[in-house]
Amino acid sequence: MASLNHPADLKYSKTDEWVRVQGDQATIGITDYAQDQLGDVVYVEIPLTPGQQIGRDQKFGDIESVKATSELVAPISGEVLQINELLKDHPELVNEQPYGDGWMLVVKLSNPAELDDLMTAEQYIAYLEGR
Amino acid sequence: MTAEQAAAAPLKRTPLYEQHQALGARMVEFGGWEMPLQYSSILEEHRAVRTRAGLFDVSHMGEFQVEGPEALPFLQYLVPNDVGRLAINQALYTTLCLPTGGVIDDLLVYRLEAERYMVVVNAANIAKDLAWFQEQAQRFSALQIADRSQATALLALQGPEAQAILQPLASVDLATIRYYRCLPGSVAGLACLISRTGYTGEDGFELYCEAEQAPVLWERLLAAGKERGLVPAGLGARDTLRLEAGYCLYGHELTEQTNPLEAGLAWTVKFEKGDFIGREALLQVREQGPARKLMGLEMVERRVPRGGYTIYDSDTGGESGSSGANGRAIGVVTSGAPSPTLNKSIGMGYVEAARAIPERLVQVEIGDRRLAARLVTLPFYKRRK
Repeated sequence: MASLNHPADLKYSKTDEWVRVQGDQATIGITDYAQDQLGDVVYVEIPLTPGQQIGRDQKFGDIESVKATSELVAPISGEVLQINELLKDHPELVNEQPYGDGWMLVVKLSNPAELDDLMTAEQYIAYLEGR
Repeated sequence: MTAEQAAAAPLKRTPLYEQHQALGARMVEFGGWEMPLQYSSILEEHRAVRTRAGLFDVSHMGEFQVEGPEALPFLQYLVPNDVGRLAINQALYTTLCLPTGGVIDDLLVYRLEAERYMVVVNAANIAKDLAWFQEQAQRFSALQIADRSQATALLALQGPEAQAILQPLASVDLATIRYYRCLPGSVAGLACLISRTGYTGEDGFELYCEAEQAPVLWERLLAAGKERGLVPAGLGARDTLRLEAGYCLYGHELTEQTNPLEAGLAWTVKFEKGDFIGREALLQVREQGPARKLMGLEMVERRVPRGGYTIYDSDTGGESGSSGANGRAIGVVTSGAPSPTLNKSIGMGYVEAARAIPERLVQVEIGDRRLAARLVTLPFYKRRK
């Protein structure tokens, strides 16, 4: 786990998503730990359209790796602003740049107080070690 | 590791455990063994085997030695394939069946000497198979069965570069070993049984050696193959490779509730050779025709069919093109993965015989949706010779 990267400026969920907050918007993706556990990602399916509302802890898509299918879970609630279209043809970006071009959603926060329930990088790393 | 796993029996390790650790392998539980899933990435290792070569540790597999004047009649009675046609240093693939025709395991049988055979069984089935062998052996007298699994390591060198990599280290001319043949010899000075067999759909060799010599053999092979692009490959790639090649995996396509005829293994059932366990049940299946058949599945979309998913009839009615969710369940997926070679999602599954028609459109239930798939004949991949 030593080589995995969990940047200090992000918030983390117990279901291994990260959140980057900029003003009233938040970008969501899956963590370096999550992509490493999944292995080669071959398909990301996010059946959402901009304008739709997603709720916290709600499933927002599926991610297929060579060995397994996993659900994507929203760490916060909000209105979908953008979906990463690049992932359609380049799912490997989730492995290569989980915090960069491998992002999944941008949402407009509907309840910023939810951010307080997420973990800091330090807390997330401690959480992973306790797993 | 969860508390549940920790409380269970400790996982067994192959003689190459330290090599896997040193290579940074991700280890997983498989059939009671702690085995390498991948070293770099399943896709990379898969492609290396298809284009260059990969080295697999499959020492978890079991090896039984069956020896004596009654070894042949015993094996002939035990398995549906015809062990009697094996020349010395030849192997065959067969199932091991219950009287019901259900599959206890699938095996390789090697004839090593006139009255000495080696039987290779799946790791998870070693204890079950050995008990079955010993029980059936009571009908025979001049026969010894020895479980050599612990003492034997097995490395699989697979891929188009396998022969070129192995030849400089080998004591025998590999060109003289044809498919499903073997020769005792040495590799890097270590005594091995060199067998031209595999589970990847590529040319390649399986090397049986003494367990304590496996680490040196492994390191020498990896070093010798480096220039030709040889990489260590794990069970993840082994599974996607065998799936593309259309090979059955015990516990998925083969179980005690499936028979070899529905699994597409009729070619391994030799009714004319005489009596064997399961013959009557299998004769009946042959007469009536199997109720279901193992088919390949190619997904139209990119979602991946996984073992256990239900296959539904497509109610397109031929021309209409509609794809409502009204078709009834006609089968079940047994294995599935994204195919790196075909660049689409593939699987295998059992489908009612009347619906098991190549090119027929069906639906696979994935999550809360039914997605279109095409039934195809196996294998998905055949290497050019």
